[in-house]
Amino acid sequence: MEKFTKITGIAAPMPQINIDTDMIIPKQFLKTIKRSGLGVNLFDEMRYNSDGSEKPDFVLNKPAYRKTEVLVAGDNFGCGSSREHAPWAIKDFGIRCVIAPGFADIFFNNCFKNGILPITLPQEQIDVLMKDAEKGANARMTVDLEAQTVTTSDGEVFPFAVDAFKKHCLLEGLDDIGLTLAKATEIASFETKAAVQRPWV
Amino acid sequence: MSPKTLYDKIWDAHLVDTTEDGTSLLYIDRHLVHEVTSPQAFEGLRMAGREVHAPDKTIAVPDHNVPTTPDRVDGIKNEESRIQVDALDKNARDFGINYYPVDDIRQGIVHIVGPEQGWTLPGMTVVCGDSHTATHGAFGSLAHGIGTSEVEHVLATQTLIQTKSKNMKVEITGKLHPGVTAKDITLSVIGKTGTAGGTGHVIEYCGEAIRDLSMEGRMTVCNMAIEGGARAGLIAPDETTFEYIMGRPHTPKGAQWETALAWWKTLYSDDDAHWDKVVTLDADEIAPVVTWGTSPEDVLPITATVPAPEDFTGGKVDAVRRSLEYMGLTPGMKLTDIEIDTVFIGSCTNGRIEDLRAVAEIVKGKKVKEGIRAMIVPGSGLVRAQAEEEGLAEIFLAAGFEWRLAGCSMCLAMNPDQLEPGERCAATSNRNFEGRQGRGGRTHLLSPAMAAAAAITGRLTDVREMMTAPEPA
Repeated sequence: MEKFTKITGIAAPMPQINIDTDMIIPKQFLKTIKRSGLGVNLFDEMRYNSDGSEKPDFVLNKPAYRKTEVLVAGDNFGCGSSREHAPWAIKDFGIRCVIAPGFADIFFNNCFKNGILPITLPQEQIDVLMKDAEKGANARMTVDLEAQTVTTSDGEVFPFAVDAFKKHCLLEGLDDIGLTLAKATEIASFETKAAVQRPWV
Repeated sequence: MSPKTLYDKIWDAHLVDTTEDGTSLLYIDRHLVHEVTSPQAFEGLRMAGREVHAPDKTIAVPDHNVPTTPDRVDGIKNEESRIQVDALDKNARDFGINYYPVDDIRQGIVHIVGPEQGWTLPGMTVVCGDSHTATHGAFGSLAHGIGTSEVEHVLATQTLIQTKSKNMKVEITGKLHPGVTAKDITLSVIGKTGTAGGTGHVIEYCGEAIRDLSMEGRMTVCNMAIEGGARAGLIAPDETTFEYIMGRPHTPKGAQWETALAWWKTLYSDDDAHWDKVVTLDADEIAPVVTWGTSPEDVLPITATVPAPEDFTGGKVDAVRRSLEYMGLTPGMKLTDIEIDTVFIGSCTNGRIEDLRAVAEIVKGKKVKEGIRAMIVPGSGLVRAQAEEEGLAEIFLAAGFEWRLAGCSMCLAMNPDQLEPGERCAATSNRNFEGRQGRGGRTHLLSPAMAAAAAITGRLTDVREMMTAPEPA
């Protein structure tokens, strides 16, 4: 997994609440058997007309936001399905961090598996970040995972909380499966015990 | 010993390891797999030279992509869909996991097949790369959706790295009125709590109205826990549960059944267990409901009118403005005046035999309104066979419904069953998101009985007006 340490980049504002996984990556793009190449279809139905041309009003189509690295979004971002295609598409587009007042659990979890940092902050702080993001390409936001801070283009600093284990994995780019396989003995002893207690499983 | 919730008890029974910061390794009893969220996980295993840790606890079935028309026996025409289904076929056979291929009568939607075959049992941990895994919570198992990286993790280790969720109790007191169903309960709960109301929580549904539900109804309720933001919803097992699971292909038999039963009977929340959040609804106040917007929380009784953006506050004002425009609705119009083009009956929410019986009861001897496309997609090949045996299929065909083969179908429109832009659908599925059933398609979520009523009248309809009064005793 790609490490996440510190990024400074363009932040795009998406104040809409309840941005669901069908909006992030519609189902017709779930037919892939790969993880890559989904960035072009990120927010597909919001981003393109049915003839495939771009909708000029959509934020990521505006010249200032075409290289967005941070998304500042409305509440309950990523609600809906468990499709990991959603974070894959976000990452493939080049976005490494999503900041919102709240996230759906499965999406939130999926981000960490893909080198994306989801940050939860109170609505009033999101309002400040949203205004900063609206400034466009000249305003660059900094997200520092080690320090656990978001810094606006004006230098205003917002600390954020993050689960210690998830932070460690992101900073080091660690593979979960490798970590768990190191506990093979514990898993085996659980299975031995369970085979006696719940043999029908 | 401190009092525990049902969730606490299942969690504790599956804990392999916990570190100081609360990050835990949880053992997984059942891993369900379908073709859309698994190919990358199997590819990951192959690249790392890893095996499936417990193939006997892993169950695969294709459902999302499969066509539901009779010509599917000739193969899947859409190339990408076919590649995904073929990949599952190869992965299942290469890794030696339990598998129900497209042409097996037991094939169907993964969340219908699991319980039907007795894979899902009380007190288990069940995961699947699909958010509607919450369905299995109806058996008193801890069941939730996972992403593809976690699918790979479970395949490789039979465990999941988790932090514990909070406990939320949703109690439905009293008894439901005639015409009001499990679907109306679960939608009404989401209408009350919102789509983020359960975020970070595991919901336990309880109360008289939940106890009175069949297993099919309980699965409908738990299925939509995710639309309320909770990864998992569960219901304590009882006699209804035990009766349903007894004798199924993969349930324990003989002495093992007795041992299992003794443990299952301990699976309930202790009286003074701690709840982080409690929501109570009176069944007496639940009416048949429909959704009017593009979020499952946009729920109203069928007798209501379309709301206005000004009726809301905060970010919801803009969201409602956007969704009314998308849905082509005007504030103040009666929900019963909304004309529909299509009816979709099926999905992991409402594709079980009891759902089909409810539809048959309404449409028997009647005709689908002219010009309406109405389809019924059973949740599994066995549900389909049972409906044919009970004579339900004949009723559907005589009324003018299309009678399909099993699959997810128009719930998420990954197969050829899709809405056209602007096409309006009364659907028994679980999501009314923009584009969910096809780009530009408009979805109204409702119960099977309500969908049946809409098929007959061609508009959203209060099913209670179409119900025959019970014969006096």
